[in-house]
Amino acid sequence: MNLANLFKIALKALGNNKFRGFLTMLGIIIGVAAVITMLAIGQGSKKSIQAQISEMGSNMIMIHPGGERRGGVRLSADDMETLKIEDLEDIRSQASFVTYVSPAVNSSGQAIYGANNTPTTVYGVNRDYLDIRRYKVEEGEAFTDRDIQTAAKVCLVGKSVVDELFPDGQNPVGKVIRFGSIPLRITGVLESKGYNSMGMDQDDLIIAPYTTVQKRILAITHLQEIVCSALAEEYTEQAIEEITSILRDNHRLKPADEDDFSIRSQQELSSMMTSTTDMMTVLLAAVAGISLLVGGIGIMNIMYVSVTERTREIGLRMSIGAKGRDILAQFLIESILISVTGGLIGVVFGIGAAFLVNILASYPIYIQPWSVILSFAVCTVTGVFFGWYPARKAASLDPIEAIRYE
Amino acid sequence: MRDIIRLEDIRRDFIVGEETVHALRGVSFNISEGEFVTVMGTSGSGKSTLLNILGCLDTPTSGEYYLDGVSVRTMDKNRRAVLRNRKIGFVFQNYNLLPKTTAVENVELPLMYNPSCSARQRREKAVAALEAVGLGDRLMHKSNQMSGGQMQRVAIARALVNDPAVILADEATGNLDTRTSCEVLVLFQQLHRQGRTIIFVTHNPDISRYSSRNITLRDGHVTGDVRNQNILDAARTLASLPKEEE
Repeated sequence: MNLANLFKIALKALGNNKFRGFLTMLGIIIGVAAVITMLAIGQGSKKSIQAQISEMGSNMIMIHPGGERRGGVRLSADDMETLKIEDLEDIRSQASFVTYVSPAVNSSGQAIYGANNTPTTVYGVNRDYLDIRRYKVEEGEAFTDRDIQTAAKVCLVGKSVVDELFPDGQNPVGKVIRFGSIPLRITGVLESKGYNSMGMDQDDLIIAPYTTVQKRILAITHLQEIVCSALAEEYTEQAIEEITSILRDNHRLKPADEDDFSIRSQQELSSMMTSTTDMMTVLLAAVAGISLLVGGIGIMNIMYVSVTERTREIGLRMSIGAKGRDILAQFLIESILISVTGGLIGVVFGIGAAFLVNILASYPIYIQPWSVILSFAVCTVTGVFFGWYPARKAASLDPIEAIRYE
Repeated sequence: MRDIIRLEDIRRDFIVGEETVHALRGVSFNISEGEFVTVMGTSGSGKSTLLNILGCLDTPTSGEYYLDGVSVRTMDKNRRAVLRNRKIGFVFQNYNLLPKTTAVENVELPLMYNPSCSARQRREKAVAALEAVGLGDRLMHKSNQMSGGQMQRVAIARALVNDPAVILADEATGNLDTRTSCEVLVLFQQLHRQGRTIIFVTHNPDISRYSSRNITLRDGHVTGDVRNQNILDAARTLASLPKEEE
């Protein structure tokens, strides 16, 4: 018996029961479509979070003073002053996996221009900061290294601050605003970056030379934070190791001592954030997978009934020369045809539904090729697995009894 | 004449619970090529068991069965399936046609299980077989669009299509009225005249008058084996039947 003939026989048998075949298929269609749509939604939100994080600078590394920043009592004022500008210089000159390094000190306060004022934060940094955080100067220009040396009263402002202070749309470049009591001349306006994934307005800031913020606003000499960027996202680990050893060395820590600083990377943040969506994806896919399983059981159920119903046909086929394995193959092919056809339709529906979600609910989606292949493979396996038992039952029938079955 | 079937002391026991039922208690006979044999017997006489063994659906507990010179007793299931496919044509009481399937596809079915037969050969043979039973104009009729007599003729065409060594009919006229039975018998007699070997199992004594030989079974024994010297012509019987109201 060749396979082509078995296919013809199986197709014919399915054709004789189109509606029932369709209903059986429906379980698989819904299952596969659900898996694909759910994975597309899950992966879509993960992708969009990743994109937002990389917008912030995916290779960013943040160094804070203090052993445990979130540890409550372990924090003390002394610990907070461990980061010095020398640390920054050493990282810049010694760390080979680090490209940009910037100090960061910040202060919140009220920015004032004429009759308008707005609460915002001033970040004291150097020019590398713009590269690390991927800020671009849209109008005017950035402050210079000389401005940093002289602690010049200059600044760059974000779009949100501009909107608040210059509501009538005049060009802010060259204007002098006040931050608290300190007048700052605007040298440039930053290109808008919008909100980040945590809902923070990335345009609500003022950037000034760190020396200006240290001396004129905060009156401190230490650094609140050092921000740097790794060569590339995948070198983050090496960069952190280098920085750790440089800082331990600088701070003269003994091997037994704990770090008096903490290093966090955007990569960590990114994996933390994506782990949530990963879990959501797994949950969604699991629920969808269950519906695929139920669809598979549907196939088994129908095939089982079909075997009983077609006992006489099986008996006839055997008496005119079908071997047990021919009958087994016929019924297996039938269930595989149901599941594969259902799977194909399900893939189309799933992708369609995902795009529909994207268009109607403007939810980010991402259809991963593997999710399509996986769900298709699973439903084929489902067909074989759930078709096997009824097919075995059919093949093991005794032709003498089957042919006279009423 | 060559022996198509040779039975040597066939016994078949069934174990039902604790008891052993002897369905066949030593059956021996030969059937030559071209014979039209009716096997008669009341229910419980063992004729169904004999038919199953003759049809290679079952194997005897002891004794030898040679079909067209091949010993069947030691064959496994798969080899018997192939043997049935090549050597035997079955005609059943309830036709056993595939539902919602055309006549020609029903007739093609045995050839579907013969890998050496191409799709074209299959179609040609099926059409030829249907023409031989007088259904050349109903090739594409589906099984549920046909009368009982037509369905049985499709079933006979299906039994003929693999050019079998023997045609086994199991109460082939059991579900048909007198007139249609007669038509089917005409067909069997035609096949007999063409040299086909036919074994017709029935409990209806009338059928035996149209066959060339009559074997009677009782309680698992052959109690009669007579050659019919005066074979009735089914065509003449058919002509003598009162015409149906059109």
